[in-house]
Amino acid sequence: MVRATDATMTSVAPRPPASRRLRVVNVGDRTFAGVLIALGALVLLVAGVILLVLVRLGAPALAKFGLGYVVGTDWDPVQESFGALPFIYGTLVTSAVALVVAIPVSLGMALFVTEMAPSRLRPLVSFALELLAGIPSVVYGLWGVFVLIPWLRETLEPSLGRALGFLPLFRGPPIGMGYLAGGLILAVMVLPTITSISIEVIRTVPLAQREAALALGATRWEMVRLSVLPYCRPGILGAVLLGLGRALGETMAVTMVIGNMPEIHASLFAAGYTLPAVIANEFAEATGALHTAALAELALLLFGVILILNILARLLVRAVRRGPSRVAA
Amino acid sequence: MTALCGLAVLAAIVPLVSVLWLVVSNGAKGLSLDFFTQLPVPVGESGGGIGNAIVGTLYMVALACVMGLPLGIGAGVFLAERGDTRLGGVIRFTAEVLAGVPSIIVGIVAYGLLVAPFKHYSALAGAAALAFLMLPGLARATEEMVRLVPNGLREGSLALGLPAWKTTLRVIIPTARNGILTAVLLGVARAAGETAPLLFTSLGNPYWNFRPDQPTASLTVQIFTYATGPYEDWHQKAWTAALVLLMLVGATSLTARFLTRNRRARA
Repeated sequence: MVRATDATMTSVAPRPPASRRLRVVNVGDRTFAGVLIALGALVLLVAGVILLVLVRLGAPALAKFGLGYVVGTDWDPVQESFGALPFIYGTLVTSAVALVVAIPVSLGMALFVTEMAPSRLRPLVSFALELLAGIPSVVYGLWGVFVLIPWLRETLEPSLGRALGFLPLFRGPPIGMGYLAGGLILAVMVLPTITSISIEVIRTVPLAQREAALALGATRWEMVRLSVLPYCRPGILGAVLLGLGRALGETMAVTMVIGNMPEIHASLFAAGYTLPAVIANEFAEATGALHTAALAELALLLFGVILILNILARLLVRAVRRGPSRVAA
Repeated sequence: MTALCGLAVLAAIVPLVSVLWLVVSNGAKGLSLDFFTQLPVPVGESGGGIGNAIVGTLYMVALACVMGLPLGIGAGVFLAERGDTRLGGVIRFTAEVLAGVPSIIVGIVAYGLLVAPFKHYSALAGAAALAFLMLPGLARATEEMVRLVPNGLREGSLALGLPAWKTTLRVIIPTARNGILTAVLLGVARAAGETAPLLFTSLGNPYWNFRPDQPTASLTVQIFTYATGPYEDWHQKAWTAALVLLMLVGATSLTARFLTRNRRARA
């Protein structure tokens, strides 16, 4: 007998319905089930512990500075005056640059792999993406310090300064280090994330959708633009949000190229600081409990933002993955 | 349009090739037996190696496995066996979200739990941070691998009279063994490449260390220290250390992929 559920695409092997599964009747089964539930619940415990420890470590700073912490611009461990704004600014700017560079490249790659490339090339591109994703952050940082920064300092930033120097974004001395360096390295690091999820999302578009557009006379690019991309929009948004989440939390590579200046500047050529970078640089040598607490509060801030972002992103990607069964119904 | 997309692919390949090529070409110059077996020499002097950092990384990853594997694999089996319930759904979602927590925040948590109360940096704290990081990925990957085991196997085992718990332990999990090993190896590869959480949990150590309650050097932190230092000799060592790290991570990942190659071809 063929049931409706048989036609649904699932990503996991089908399980028998609860009524057909063996009921837990003996001691061994119940103990085992208990052990399994305990282990599973530990995951929830881990999440809770993370939140608790962060709040506890950051409590002194939370108590002393309150909400003004978020807009303070002073970062003076000696005077014990702390403000998070330069780091929030740096984090946002580098992530914005990363997304501006990475989204077109990722989408282009994803479309290339799913629509345009001969199937021989696909495993190669997947392999390249896996390699990109597997390189440790500190190795990217190393490359950034000795390759990217000199290139920015000698080639890209002077050219950008000459061509677009009328914009405040591209003014100032090209020192190499700074928001642009951080943003570019982040772009390389979030590329695999956005691309691979986008590929997965684009693949869920049903053949019927594409064929309908082609049958009505659309060219291949029109088909992509009109029937594939709008279908995938929430999923690609989810992919972008996941990439953003990764960019916000990325520490080592950015720390090594950002210049470590807790100041706010409009120009992308200026040195700056990001939330993870200041924590990485100062936590081990924090002078005094308030300094540590201030850094822990930065971590809490970062954690909160990334948590919300990740939840949103996962919900979006899930909604698209379940798409075909809902569309077919 | 195809040209633009092809350009995008090139734009992504260029940094990849650049990083790999430079790490190999710059790093190979410094490879020597000394590099693997000697301790670092005082700053400004040349020679010496980072033997303690390599051992430190292996040591902490091993500790992290001891701490993280039972939890991770157990949670994964739970999700596969009872993941269709409400609780299972919540746990799976939490695991996915936890996978996105930045490593530096995990480091701070490990600091708060294992460094601050004891007023002591330690390899154990570093390993705990790594275990935290391995947990969500391991749980989700184990779940996927266990679910791949065909239902017929479970039903056959139950039909022959094995209780459900023995079926899971003695039949299902051993069948999924290769897949679980892959998940473990990928987790290990990721943990070996982490730097940020180790910066203030295991800190660093210029000497050999095998005690879990002492600070320990690690390959990644050593690369960071050397790359951002002012000495030319340090820079060269940083490249070579990066090459060793890439070889370590690469070998682990390749072994992981090799283990599931047949499964992939069939799926």
